[in-house]
Amino acid sequence: MSDASTGVSASGMAPVVMIDRGPDIHEPSIPDDWELVCGLEVHVELSTATKLFCGCANAFGAEPNTNVCPTCLGLPGSLPVINEKAVTDAMRLGRALNCTVQPAVMARKNYFYPDMPKDFQTSQYDKPTNENGWLDLPDGTRINVERAHIEEDTGKSTHVGGDGRISSAEYSLIDYNRAGVPLLEIVSRPDIRTAEEAKAYVSELRGIVLALGVSDARMEEGSMRVDANISVRPRGTDELRLRCEVKNINSISSLGRAIQHEANRHIDLYLTGDRPIQETRHWDEEAGRTRSGRSKEDAEDYRYFPEPDLVPLEPSAEELQAIDESMPQLPAAIRSELMTAAEIGVEDAGLLVDRGDAVFALEAIGAGADGSRVAVHLINNLADGVGALTPASFAELVAMETGGDLSSTQTKEVLAEMAGTGGSAKDIAAAKGFEAMDTGELDGLIDGLIADHADEWSRFCGDDEGDAKKMAGFFTGQIMKATRGQADGKVVAQLLNARKG
Amino acid sequence: MTHAQPAAFGTAHSIAAAVRSGERTAASVVDEHLARIDAAEGEVNAYNHVMAAEARAAAADLDVRIAAGEDVGPLAGVPVTLKDNMCTRGVPTTCSSKILEGWHPPYSATVVDRLAAAGAIAVGKANLDEFAMGSSTENSAFGPTRNPHNLGTVPGGSSGGSAAAVAAGFSPLSLGSDTGGSIRQPASFCGLVGVKPTYGAVSRYGLIAFGSSLDQIGPFATDVADAALSYEVIAGHDERDSTSVAQPALAVSSKLDAGVEGLRVGIISEMVGGSIEGLAPDVLARTTAAADALVAAGATVDECSIPTSIHGIAAYYMVAPAEASSNLARFDGVRYGLREDGNNTAAMNTASRTAGFGDEVKRRIMLGTYALSAGYRDAYYGKAQQVRAKMAEEFASVYERFDVLLTPTAPSTAFAFGAKADPMAMYLNDVYTIPSNLVGHPAISVPFGAGDDGMPIGVQVLAPLMGEVVMFQVAAELERAAGGAA
Ligand SMILES: [Zn+2]
Repeated sequence: MSDASTGVSASGMAPVVMIDRGPDIHEPSIPDDWELVCGLEVHVELSTATKLFCGCANAFGAEPNTNVCPTCLGLPGSLPVINEKAVTDAMRLGRALNCTVQPAVMARKNYFYPDMPKDFQTSQYDKPTNENGWLDLPDGTRINVERAHIEEDTGKSTHVGGDGRISSAEYSLIDYNRAGVPLLEIVSRPDIRTAEEAKAYVSELRGIVLALGVSDARMEEGSMRVDANISVRPRGTDELRLRCEVKNINSISSLGRAIQHEANRHIDLYLTGDRPIQETRHWDEEAGRTRSGRSKEDAEDYRYFPEPDLVPLEPSAEELQAIDESMPQLPAAIRSELMTAAEIGVEDAGLLVDRGDAVFALEAIGAGADGSRVAVHLINNLADGVGALTPASFAELVAMETGGDLSSTQTKEVLAEMAGTGGSAKDIAAAKGFEAMDTGELDGLIDGLIADHADEWSRFCGDDEGDAKKMAGFFTGQIMKATRGQADGKVVAQLLNARKG
Repeated sequence: MTHAQPAAFGTAHSIAAAVRSGERTAASVVDEHLARIDAAEGEVNAYNHVMAAEARAAAADLDVRIAAGEDVGPLAGVPVTLKDNMCTRGVPTTCSSKILEGWHPPYSATVVDRLAAAGAIAVGKANLDEFAMGSSTENSAFGPTRNPHNLGTVPGGSSGGSAAAVAAGFSPLSLGSDTGGSIRQPASFCGLVGVKPTYGAVSRYGLIAFGSSLDQIGPFATDVADAALSYEVIAGHDERDSTSVAQPALAVSSKLDAGVEGLRVGIISEMVGGSIEGLAPDVLARTTAAADALVAAGATVDECSIPTSIHGIAAYYMVAPAEASSNLARFDGVRYGLREDGNNTAAMNTASRTAGFGDEVKRRIMLGTYALSAGYRDAYYGKAQQVRAKMAEEFASVYERFDVLLTPTAPSTAFAFGAKADPMAMYLNDVYTIPSNLVGHPAISVPFGAGDDGMPIGVQVLAPLMGEVVMFQVAAELERAAGGAA
């Protein structure tokens, strides 16, 4: 079992580094004798030009009820025509998640809700487009994917008055712009055992979605939404206990907190001789807790049946082949390429992929730059983005650094300016007067320092390793001071060590 | 008392020819029909809404275009009646239900657009059993339609208004929709030709759905040639309907004079034998006479068997209500139509639906909800779909030996109001028509004489998928034979 608060995963491997990680989880980790059992349902809004069943624009942020037509308003007599791009996107994600991509049937999921124009949602049921795949986390943990199916989104309700829920509202406002927007619902098996794994899963899935270009996958805008099915069990057993579905999770860091909280809530109930009830719960970000929503008593019977207004989706072998042939490089492959090219670990590679800098890094390395320097600069000195840098100009700078033309301090300074305003490394270095110091000049400086600081020099040459190290720092500092930081630290160290004899 | 005056001012063919040649104006044709409606509509009650102003405006526009030398289409100036479950832009569309009170669709059905593009002029929205659920038009929220041949009897249903309008001479053509016989049975009761095309041959876009996998729009006409002409206008691929067959309309007028020499006609033994209750002797006699007429014209007639056909009604009353329960969910008081207030949204939904839907609609919503519910879906909806698949296999094997099949259209002639108050008795009316809907095949009802009560009797010709050409060919022969017999 992992201890999520220290970020050590179950396998004992290094923790996964992700963006959007948020603050550390303050919720206490769950006790060692209990185990989390978690499955995730992730909804991703496809960024197709038009909606799933009509020609209306699929756009976020338009005036309410402007991107609507008889079909997405569910007007009597209207009929759906499926967006083939959405189907292709779904199959591409299915292939990327190692699913069986198969002939599928759209189905109606029947329930009443005012923001759902037809009072049924057109989805997929027993014949989804994608089934039985998997996603490997960066640390190698495999999370199985049960299905990834196509469905339409609902409109958006704003309940005015009461406690903000529909049952107590004075009135409700409905915007149908989102109604009929294509969604993919990716359902994992309950294979997730820690909050960190859950976060890594969502982060990896998001990376795949972005690599495929099928969605902008922004959790804060709702174009990626995560619901977590959570239960716990005594460690060492394989039972599946009552689970709660936690909704309204708006970021990857909230996901971790919500899972820890909900798991602990279950454990507390079991420890006091009680038990949770199967229900839907809502994550309250401010309060840091989940609240009861719908209980099992109101559980809906969705009365699924095949959508008679649409014909079955039957991808041809040619379509599937075209999908495979146009499959972009996915985050896992990019990570492994980076790990080799830049000689870095999985977490640093993951960080670069998550930041979207991986392709940039590989191109700079391809242009001849030293891989590990590329990684160091991107991770430490370009955390705010590469700005106006190009892979070629970046490679030129790194070459100057590794060739000894610029010290690391100078390189950092030039890099900042290149990222901010663009320009070539050579021009900027010249304008700043960063000329490579020849070693003769440095030798002269060292001669003077040895003469002025004989005591320190003998300590530098002495047997006390710690003291020698301290003195190395002293001499390097003096040289840097004299050269206003323009000397290359590595060269200085070489020269000092050479003099030691 | 009779108001039957089919083709009171000529058939669609004759009107279109006269209007196209300038012999008659569209305006005068429309005025004649509107006057006829004024005279008899009070007793027939064919319409929920007469589109007098719209029709006159459309006629005037058409006359201007004709005067300018434009070809305005094969139905130039022909008045048509539309079943009131087809959307008409800006014109009330009610499905004969209170739940759609006040709704004006912002768009028109594909068939409505195609008729207009062919020069036809819509004169009114016809009464129906609420949401097309019924076989007598007694289930309308706006009162029953009467059979023009005998005002004491029903016109059939659910497209009773569309049938009565043509039988009464209000328009020479009308459109109905047929989910389980809703065009063919009223055609039989009202002495008209009624066509249920192949599923997918005519676009359903803009048809307010009842049972989506069964619904099909088709024409009523006073003769086979008019029915064929209107079929050719409304059929053909529509990209707005995903179930639309991807080919142009079949040229069904092409073989109307070809005769039936050498054609193989099957009689489904289950449909003329003792296994179906309530087949009236006069209807059976006319069906036999029709078979004889086809033999006389050179066809061969033999019995064949579709064992599942007797299970058609049972399967239909699972599938159609199941689909309806979902299709009608959107009528919830939220966006359009009737809204009855409630303390919260769910209460408002319930109040609106309680007040807006009639008994038969409620009955079928409940039946369909049950058929799809967890634990029952496989036994009811699932089993019914298996029956459909089996029935399709049986038809396919029969069509290896036959070109068309012949059956009665309905078990009896038009019955009196209130005669089928028991829903099961009413459902049995569709026993001959339902199989075609379940398997998606085309079928046509053609008048073939009268019953002992003097009321019209139709016989039904069934054909395989997209077999409309031979179906119309046989129907035309029956029409000639019936005319010769009369
Ligand atoms: Zn739309």
